[in-house]
Amino acid sequence: MKELRLMKGNEAIAEAAIRIGVDGYFGYPITPQSEVLEHLMAEKPWEKTGMVVLQAESEVASINMVYGGAACGKKVMTTSSSPGFSLMQEGMSYIAGAELPCVVANVVRGGPGLGTIQPSQADYFQATKGGGHGDYKLITLAPSTVQEMYDFVGLSFELAFKYRNPAIILSDGLIGQMMEKVYLTEYKERWSDEYINKTFPWATTGRAADRGNSIITSLQLQADKQEEVNLRLQKKYREIEDNEVRYELINCEDADYYFIAYGSSARISQKAMELAAEEGIKVGLIRPITLWPFPTKIIRELGQKSKGVLSVEMSAGQMVEDVRLAIEGKVKVEHFGRFGGVIHSPAEILNALKTKIIGG
Amino acid sequence: MAIKGAIVVDIEYCKGCGVCVGACPQEVIRLSKKVNGKGYNFAEMQNDACVGCSNCAVVCPDGVITVYRLKV
Amino acid sequence: MSEVRLEDIIKPENKVYSKTDLLTDTVMHYCPGCGHGTAHRIVAEVIEELGAQNNTVGIAPVGCSVLAYNYFNIDVQQAAHGRAPALATAVKRLMPDRLVFTYQGDGDLAAIGTGETIHACNRGENITIIFINNGIYGMTGGQMAPTTLPNMKSSTSPFGRDVEMMGNPLKITELLAQLPGTAYVTRQAVHTPAHVRRTKKAIRKAFDLQAKGAGTTFVEIVSNCNSGWKMTPVDANKWMEENMFPYYPLGDIKIPAE
Repeated sequence: MKELRLMKGNEAIAEAAIRIGVDGYFGYPITPQSEVLEHLMAEKPWEKTGMVVLQAESEVASINMVYGGAACGKKVMTTSSSPGFSLMQEGMSYIAGAELPCVVANVVRGGPGLGTIQPSQADYFQATKGGGHGDYKLITLAPSTVQEMYDFVGLSFELAFKYRNPAIILSDGLIGQMMEKVYLTEYKERWSDEYINKTFPWATTGRAADRGNSIITSLQLQADKQEEVNLRLQKKYREIEDNEVRYELINCEDADYYFIAYGSSARISQKAMELAAEEGIKVGLIRPITLWPFPTKIIRELGQKSKGVLSVEMSAGQMVEDVRLAIEGKVKVEHFGRFGGVIHSPAEILNALKTKIIGG
Repeated sequence: MAIKGAIVVDIEYCKGCGVCVGACPQEVIRLSKKVNGKGYNFAEMQNDACVGCSNCAVVCPDGVITVYRLKV
Repeated sequence: MSEVRLEDIIKPENKVYSKTDLLTDTVMHYCPGCGHGTAHRIVAEVIEELGAQNNTVGIAPVGCSVLAYNYFNIDVQQAAHGRAPALATAVKRLMPDRLVFTYQGDGDLAAIGTGETIHACNRGENITIIFINNGIYGMTGGQMAPTTLPNMKSSTSPFGRDVEMMGNPLKITELLAQLPGTAYVTRQAVHTPAHVRRTKKAIRKAFDLQAKGAGTTFVEIVSNCNSGWKMTPVDANKWMEENMFPYYPLGDIKIPAE
């Protein structure tokens, strides 16, 4: 029988890390995600699985510890919240440039600046468009339940290692802090050194004499060579876009309108959808699970045949730009969302549908 | 018994910095009037006083000097 | 004594010194006379002596030695500017039986990476940090570094470092020696054969201590930058002795209790 536990979203991330056999977690406290490190320190996974857990001196150090660990072919991760994730952007760019697999969760809070500790979805651009310098992409998964916070840790590592690319779990303070029941998986053993040596010849495991020396770098001083690196990266990104789009469709069979919403906003939009149905308005919900690669195709297919699309997001309107690109101006697309830490209500969403799309 | 030494300079790798010249206790080394492919005046032996002490090779930043030593 | 011909001396059995195979045959990009090459070679020689080629991970910095990975015949990670100690922290904790060292310049270690350096040393990470201090940013073209001497000219202190305006040179090595996490802290040089031999012994000692799990070991090498200082290599070494050594005196700063 599956083990069931009531947990916070942040705790679910930590528990998943232990159980799927993560080798190292390096983090720095910041609200609203500090429970990840707290849970790990309380659970002492180094005694159970040999997992390394370290509180670093900053998010800058955390992400660079992740870089060092990932370069060894180890499963390593960190978590943070918006201001801390901003500090990590240099490291993210290096990790993407050096093509290293790792997982980073951003439990988003309101910004800009120190902002607020309340939930927000205003880091969408930062997560899905690269975030740091240079042309790169992060595989971005958006959980909308505590169970998904748990499940997406394993899925992120799977995708990160499949493509040698960092993966992001873009959550928010609401899902990080709320408690739900979670089905836990069995403990998995961490990868052995032999497995890593055999499977990842690129890893700097200190075995140079066996296979020639491995070098992990994102530097290529010759411009034409650096362009080659970029072309290889772009080819990989197209492959990810072709194969890894994930989304959920709710009540989309005969909808007249669509909500496009992810994470917390998808949960609230689902209630708004029910309220709409009570008034005889047929609304479907398209919930992107991967924000990059973005489910452009399904939004295009369904949305272009609808009477209008409302993109709902706890931001001033970020994902709506990708929705508009998908709809290509064929039907009306509007954004609705409260932001700066305010969570919109189902009634506000329904009202926005009526005023901006139906009556607009 | 005497000790005879000799150095072999990897001419194309030498950058002619001259650090070895001052490091040689026997004043064996000079920078050649000739240049290598990169235009550096490379290090060379100017006499047979070398005792194979390796000082030049130890201090050479580019590791271009190989040292030989023979007891005769 | 009969005449000994050069061909009689230059024979494989008479070879007493040659470049270690732990260095690749790639021509180093360093300027003529630069201490980096010497420092690379003795680090490589110690790894060879320890038979640790198959057990070592090096971390290269940003700065002149960013391309160090092209020269060492070992696994190397290239860090973001100043972050090498963070990478090394993770590598050592995830693979505790490996020999792990960072190789960093003064801008990397003592300016942008001060936080990572201090905290790695304070945690007593069981790593070795090789710190090349030449008092200038070499790679970017001779700008003022955290270790640039008072009144010393650089491209961003063209009239000399005015400590009233620009602050004082940072003696980070003395600072790190105060931390409980450091086991061995020493300052050496590589501009003469005697100094090279002494520095090599220091690196060996640092690596041996790491193998014993002693804590952070830290070897500063005061070095030259003849291009940045705008001197010939030989003059730069002389200037270094006369100006750098009084401010950054050579010798052990902290040694572990026997």
